[in-house]
Amino acid sequence: MVKMMERNLDGRELLASTLVWSAVALVTATFCWLLGDIIWHALSHITWTFLTTPPRNAGREGGIGSILISTTLILGVCLGVSVPIGLGTAVLLAEFTTDDSLFGRLTRRSLDVLSGVPSIVFGLFGNAFFCKTLGLGFSILSGGLTLACMVLPILIRSTEEGFRAVPTGYRLSAAALGLSRTTTLVHLLLPAAVPGLLVGLVLGMGRAIAETAALIFTSGYVDRMPESLLDSGRALSIHIFDLSMNVPGGDANAYASALVLVVLLLAINGTASWLAEHWLRRRIVTI
Amino acid sequence: MISLGSNTSSRWQTDQLLLWLLRGVAVIAGTIVLLIVTFLAMEAFPVLRHVGITRFFTDPSWHPAEGLYNLTPMLWGTLFATVGSVLIATPLGILSAVFCHYYAPPAIARPYRRLIELLAGIPSVVYGFWGLVVLVPLIGAIRPPGPSLLAGIVILTIMILPTIALMANASLTNVPQQYVRGAAALGLSRWATIRGVVFPAAKSGLFTGVILGTGRAIGETMAILMVCGNVVQTPDSLFSPIRTLTANIALEMAYALGDHRAALFVSGLVLMAMIAALVAAADWISHGRVHG
Amino acid sequence: MRPSTPIPGIQPWVSLEERPACCVPKPLIDVDQLSLHYGQKPAFHNVTLSINQGCITALVGPSGCGKTSFLTSLNRLTDLIPGCRLSGRILLDGLDVLAPHTDVIRLRRRVGMIFQKPNPFPLSIWKNLEFPLREHGLRDREQIAINIQTVLRDVGLWDEVKDRLHSPALALSGGQQQRLCMARALVLSPEVLLMDEPCSALDPLSSGVVEDLIVGLRSRYTVLIVTHNLAQARRIADYAALFWVQNGAGQLIEAGTAKQIFEEPRDPLTAAYVSGMRG
Ligand SMILES: Nc1ncnc2c1ncn2[C@@H]1O[C@H](COP(=O)(O)OP(=O)(O)OP(=O)(O)O)[C@@H](O)[C@H]1O
Ligand SMILES: [Mg+2]
Repeated sequence: MVKMMERNLDGRELLASTLVWSAVALVTATFCWLLGDIIWHALSHITWTFLTTPPRNAGREGGIGSILISTTLILGVCLGVSVPIGLGTAVLLAEFTTDDSLFGRLTRRSLDVLSGVPSIVFGLFGNAFFCKTLGLGFSILSGGLTLACMVLPILIRSTEEGFRAVPTGYRLSAAALGLSRTTTLVHLLLPAAVPGLLVGLVLGMGRAIAETAALIFTSGYVDRMPESLLDSGRALSIHIFDLSMNVPGGDANAYASALVLVVLLLAINGTASWLAEHWLRRRIVTI
Repeated sequence: MISLGSNTSSRWQTDQLLLWLLRGVAVIAGTIVLLIVTFLAMEAFPVLRHVGITRFFTDPSWHPAEGLYNLTPMLWGTLFATVGSVLIATPLGILSAVFCHYYAPPAIARPYRRLIELLAGIPSVVYGFWGLVVLVPLIGAIRPPGPSLLAGIVILTIMILPTIALMANASLTNVPQQYVRGAAALGLSRWATIRGVVFPAAKSGLFTGVILGTGRAIGETMAILMVCGNVVQTPDSLFSPIRTLTANIALEMAYALGDHRAALFVSGLVLMAMIAALVAAADWISHGRVHG
Repeated sequence: MRPSTPIPGIQPWVSLEERPACCVPKPLIDVDQLSLHYGQKPAFHNVTLSINQGCITALVGPSGCGKTSFLTSLNRLTDLIPGCRLSGRILLDGLDVLAPHTDVIRLRRRVGMIFQKPNPFPLSIWKNLEFPLREHGLRDREQIAINIQTVLRDVGLWDEVKDRLHSPALALSGGQQQRLCMARALVLSPEVLLMDEPCSALDPLSSGVVEDLIVGLRSRYTVLIVTHNLAQARRIADYAALFWVQNGAGQLIEAGTAKQIFEEPRDPLTAAYVSGMRG
């Protein structure tokens, strides 16, 4: 009887191990396949000229110079708008409202919903609000503003975390010294919360660079070098999409652009997790 | 000994000013969601008035040029793709997390977690591209045409797996060590401990991960658009092409006018409603109303 | 069972020497019927106490009886705690501390505080002292330097840190950090110093140094100190007050001169506590 139970147990244990290991093998294999395929096809293609020359012949030839510029501009607009708003909101939520206040609860809840909104819906909204209502048209500005709405929740969450990681002792002793809240915030809390802010910034950047759907009908497809923020500009992810879907014979350049995008994102996410691990843990900052 | 200035009232004013500034900024951040819903509703309003809600489900087909607005094939597309991918990704993701915590030697656990994080960081357009050039021809060789519900499910699975695995990983980390030790002291085997003690203790985190993954699957646009074939039809097999709600918007927004455009905003509203329901579900779970 | 007679086997306290003449009993702080609630939960109830100018008053009592809460209500640090309500009256030299229109920033400059855990700001030693001064409107560089040097000498830190004034304050030892915190409070030349177990996070040696410092502050400042170390309270205090939890809220049981509290306690609870039986 006991023998039987044991055999049964062993069998189940074995099955579980097999399942776990095969799941892991499957995931790893898929990942290697995907990355290997892209690197294999793209590596020979990536040259300095590819990175700096504008695309020709609908992108089949030439490089991605103007596309990288547009991407940077869109990212710049996005961060330029979202960082001040995100920082302010995070400060308010972490330092000036209690967890159970109505205002705090409402804001937090609406940010939760915002972080779940599908990117295509952001695209719809951006098209209706920024392009049409505000009259910005298909432009880098519209795209950047749409992305700003999208990255706000990430930015706010990790900045808030940064503020919450600052020991309460600083706030108490600052108050006991009769320092105003503004001073306490600017001179003590803000420097100590910088790591959290940076992590949020980097994560937001990652999300913005990876985005495609929210940009198709806000920043548009035009692959020329943008002359101002009101020009349409094609982001790198849209370039990949367009080359692979709409341009027969665009695969080679699509591969190369995909590798550039993946490398950019891996670098960005690597920075974020490095920051989170090494800097956030060392909470004490010396100025 | 010291005479200090007495500008305290002006500093108090600075504090008030700062507070109002912050409130203003937070109101902007907090109202974006409202703004989104308002604009979607405003843009969708004309068609809702002409056509009404029911015709979005009862019209014979989706031919916006002829005034036919049946969304159900797209709803089915979204539903099948989402459910399929969640069903596959959930066990894979949770087993991945279990692997990192209880099966892997430390030398493998860390790199494997890194790998999952890397997967999480790859943009959807790259997944879509890979699916288009690798997966779709492969499926086409088994059974034409190739772009299909199956391709969509596979790509979505790869995309939401990291979300589920990372959440599961976090919630397994939070399972108190003494539970595991207690189970070991009872002589329970590894798998029995995981199934009987760890999973119940980590339940709410695991659920939250699955819900987040579902949200991602519903909202995914580009990757699914690139591999699913985009034929407006209710799929009758894994190999038939489908079109999801999101892909529909992305495909037709470029040229849609008038009621057609408004109908696309209606599908945007439908997506928002789905996400709101998911957020509510996540909330319900994270408030501990799911017990083992 | 409250023992009312000394228990055999426990050494009677050595007699307290009379304190120097700092203690011309002139009340500086008058606390009248003060109660504090955290939400619905009372922390202490109906405390009436006056604190004499230029003296050291020790607050003693078991954990959780509201000593810290009492201290923080004197400089209205309780404002920072959501849901915290104060009722009653505190007069600081005629200033109604709890009145809504009271300028708390100015109040907190007059009433300095030192916490249990040393908590210098993550700045340099110099900046830790310069920053509050500047914030309170002192701009003159020379004057700032003089003030900083004076307080650092006062707390006996000058010789130890004069060569590394611009290195991080967090690199100091625990005892040095606590003395820096005292310097930081003193640099604003407050009238009252609130100290919440200032020695309890320190080793005996640093604790001794800080204690000597506190004694040196007598007569220049009005010191209110919370301590769990009865021997320390005996050594340094002119006055003492005992808090105790009764009926779910902290109460002031007895207050008087240190000599009276430690040698001729009137309340049996006090007698038991100071002879080490309870708490
Ligand atoms: N921020 C707070 N919120 C809610 N309750 C609190 C808070 N701070 C203190 N309390 C409660 O008020 C009571 C008095 O606490 P207080 O910290 O004043 O005690 P204490 O005498 O200083 O204790 P100790 O000697 O351990 O420092 C305790 O029951 C405590 O749980
Ligand atoms: Mg205390």
